[in-house]
Amino acid sequence: MALDSKIPSGPLGEKWSQYKSSVKLVNPSNKKKIDIIVVGTGLAGASAAASLGELGYKVKAFCFQDSARRAHSIAAQGGINAAKNYRNDGDSVYRLFYDTIKGGDYRSREGNVHRLAEVSVNIIDQCVAQGVPFAREYSGLLDNRSFGGVQVSRTFYARGQTGQQLLLGAYSALNRQVKEKSVELFTRHEMVEVVIENGKARGVIVRDLVTGEIQRHAAHAVVLATGGYGNVFFLSTNAMGCNTTAIWKAHKKGAFFGNPCFTQIHPTCIPVHGEYQSKLTLMSESLRNDGRVWVSKSKGDKRKPQDIPEEERDYYLERKYPSFGNLVPRDIASRAAKEACDDGRGVGETGMAVYLDFADAIQKYGQDTIKSRYGNLFEMYDKITGEDPYKTPMMIYPAVHYTMGGLWVDYNLMTNIPGMYATGECNFSDHGANRLGASALMQGLADGYFVLPYTIGDYLSGEILTGKIKTDSPAFDEAEKNVRAQIDKLMNVKGTKSVDFYHRKLGKVMWDKCGMARDAIGLAEAIEEIKKIRVEFWSDVKIPGTANELNPELEKAIRVADFIELGELMCRDALNREESCGGHFRTEYQTPDGEALRDDNKFAYVGAWEYKGETQPQELHKEELVFESVHLTQRSYK
Amino acid sequence: MRLTLKVWRQKNKSDKGGFESYQLNNVDTHASFLEMMDVLNEQLIHENGTPVAFDHDCREGICGSCSMVINGRPHGPLKGTTTCQLHMRHFNDGETITIEPFRANSFPVLKDLVVDRSSFERIQQAGGYISVVTGSAPEANNIAVNKVDSEKAFDAAACIGCGACVATCKNGSAMLFVGAKISQYALLPQGHPERNERVLNMVAVMDEEGFGGCTNTGACEAECPKEISVANIMRLNREYISAKLSVQKE
Repeated sequence: MALDSKIPSGPLGEKWSQYKSSVKLVNPSNKKKIDIIVVGTGLAGASAAASLGELGYKVKAFCFQDSARRAHSIAAQGGINAAKNYRNDGDSVYRLFYDTIKGGDYRSREGNVHRLAEVSVNIIDQCVAQGVPFAREYSGLLDNRSFGGVQVSRTFYARGQTGQQLLLGAYSALNRQVKEKSVELFTRHEMVEVVIENGKARGVIVRDLVTGEIQRHAAHAVVLATGGYGNVFFLSTNAMGCNTTAIWKAHKKGAFFGNPCFTQIHPTCIPVHGEYQSKLTLMSESLRNDGRVWVSKSKGDKRKPQDIPEEERDYYLERKYPSFGNLVPRDIASRAAKEACDDGRGVGETGMAVYLDFADAIQKYGQDTIKSRYGNLFEMYDKITGEDPYKTPMMIYPAVHYTMGGLWVDYNLMTNIPGMYATGECNFSDHGANRLGASALMQGLADGYFVLPYTIGDYLSGEILTGKIKTDSPAFDEAEKNVRAQIDKLMNVKGTKSVDFYHRKLGKVMWDKCGMARDAIGLAEAIEEIKKIRVEFWSDVKIPGTANELNPELEKAIRVADFIELGELMCRDALNREESCGGHFRTEYQTPDGEALRDDNKFAYVGAWEYKGETQPQELHKEELVFESVHLTQRSYK
Repeated sequence: MRLTLKVWRQKNKSDKGGFESYQLNNVDTHASFLEMMDVLNEQLIHENGTPVAFDHDCREGICGSCSMVINGRPHGPLKGTTTCQLHMRHFNDGETITIEPFRANSFPVLKDLVVDRSSFERIQQAGGYISVVTGSAPEANNIAVNKVDSEKAFDAAACIGCGACVATCKNGSAMLFVGAKISQYALLPQGHPERNERVLNMVAVMDEEGFGGCTNTGACEAECPKEISVANIMRLNREYISAKLSVQKE
């Protein structure tokens, strides 16, 4: 099957405006007859549901949390990029586009990324009008800061809680539509299956998490905005509930999965410190604006940081990358930390950490300034570790944070299943092999506020004569039957080990063999190990209680069953991609000085995997990436 | 460390519920409170018991999901800290810890420690927004906002909607929660055109949902994991009176 990205023709800078002028529209009286389902209420989902409701569509929005406001976008700390050029420092739409393409190591689509950069400026306007309290200067105008991988200050922020404030903005817009009755909101409902009828997405099956009731919901289009799948590693910075189930069910119903192995390992997280550990906590990348990363020059140095004299410290990022220093992109900073630790120069009890030191910044700017910039992050660090970063350097280590891969979508954000869309982190589209800091919030809101409301009309204009979609069709019967069968099967295993046991086991395989560094032997082993975990899970998992009540163990089991299958596909994708790019580092493919070595002749494509059933592996389809404006070079941050 | 946990168990909304005691023998002091609960649940599953249901998600103190009352205090003993950010090093070896759900008329218990906070949602839906249609916003820097007001608006907007203020209040009042949202918009010029309807509508729903009134005890501020100030309740009262008066004038 040929994958058509549907990138409009014409010069890069005019594609989106030309598209908008010619896209098909749905007139207001017809919109009332069109139902849309939005799954997920984070930045991408809440902004989409609100905007589509405003347009007059009839929207149903679903989230598994008890409130739309609790989606994991809430935890994003650092900021949101926009090409406003308020600093007069040389920023532009083109430069934001270029930085994003380069940061992604040339594995994303030019057309999508340029559109993202174009609408970035509208996002800031929208959020300010909603009352998002961004950081401001004494003039009353908006403040900016810089982030990794770029040389301009284009990041807007609200202390260290930018995601929270942006999500509450989108949540407020969603609430307004709930009041207007254009959006019907279902909290504590989890999507467990998609319904495809005559090749088109026609609805979803959801489980009411309080009563266990299985429900059918029909619509003319289904929008998945369900976030990333970093929890496949068990330990990640994702919230406990983040999962792949919605997109995985879509994948099993025919939606292609794009670049599943592209995972972002964030360099500045609080290190792992115990067997009981349930998740990892991120410390915003903005800390690298003022914090200096270092380890001792000598191996196995057990001295306290304050006892290691200046000349015996290795500020390795500043040494290796003089022009970007501590602000190199995330993938590079993470790998450098791993190298230092693998070299025996890691710090702390486990030796799996590096210092992030603010002593120089505190001396230069004063403690008050540093507190105003990072106060809440320092407090959070203190709470978790019991150490005061104003007095002693933070200890950090990379952790899984974001997944660039996701459902394959075209320029319209539609998957290869007509009527099924994927927005935000759950699609693969904009970040290539590595996402730049402060770009996730930008993409989530771009998709929901400014892209999908246009592109979805193009498809729905063909649905105005369809009439109400019925939920008593054979397609719905079949989908519900599958869901009930899966739940029955899980409840009836009645084995001996908890869901978490298998999840941890899967996570360890993924981290060890499909994490920061990968190689062919390890990946092949991982695939076999995951197959075994899958068999054991389905024969020995233990889920207490019943399916007709609030049962968190059953919720986890449904999710982990999908993670196991996804993990295998991620390893296959990583094995197939015989190059290193961005966050995907194959040890066999590196430059003499240890940097990622791309192979543009063979791998400048999106790997889109098609599900082929339980018994055989997915089939790979390639969407060749066409670069018309950007010249592919090896990324250099030296 | 060794701990005895006295945990509220309740099968569902209609069950009467009661305390059960559990013994944990090997809790790491660096574990978070919820990780300690994970260890308990793992033990319960192993012993063919039923794990304790509790709300949680981000485990970094920002989503507002976690909601238990620990030794009589919402989110436990530590000031300005959610349950998920509370670590076991703040408890003593051999201690008995009592764990209950948030208790308030407007937060019915769904199961064990899980409560229904949808009343908060209905208050927000009544007016917790600025009516700006996507795409209609003016250029961001056309709206200058005094930095001091902007910071105060942020302080109010930092509310995570967990409901600790209600759980700790002897009147089961949601005035701090509502005051925080009202304040955020009252302090920003963008919020002014709708300020009267907003406060009247949100307060009306707050009353319908059965939340009590404020009698200035200040427990809400003391227990708020984000230390939202009671000044926001004063601002709510001022906004409410001012809105009532201007509506009457018309």
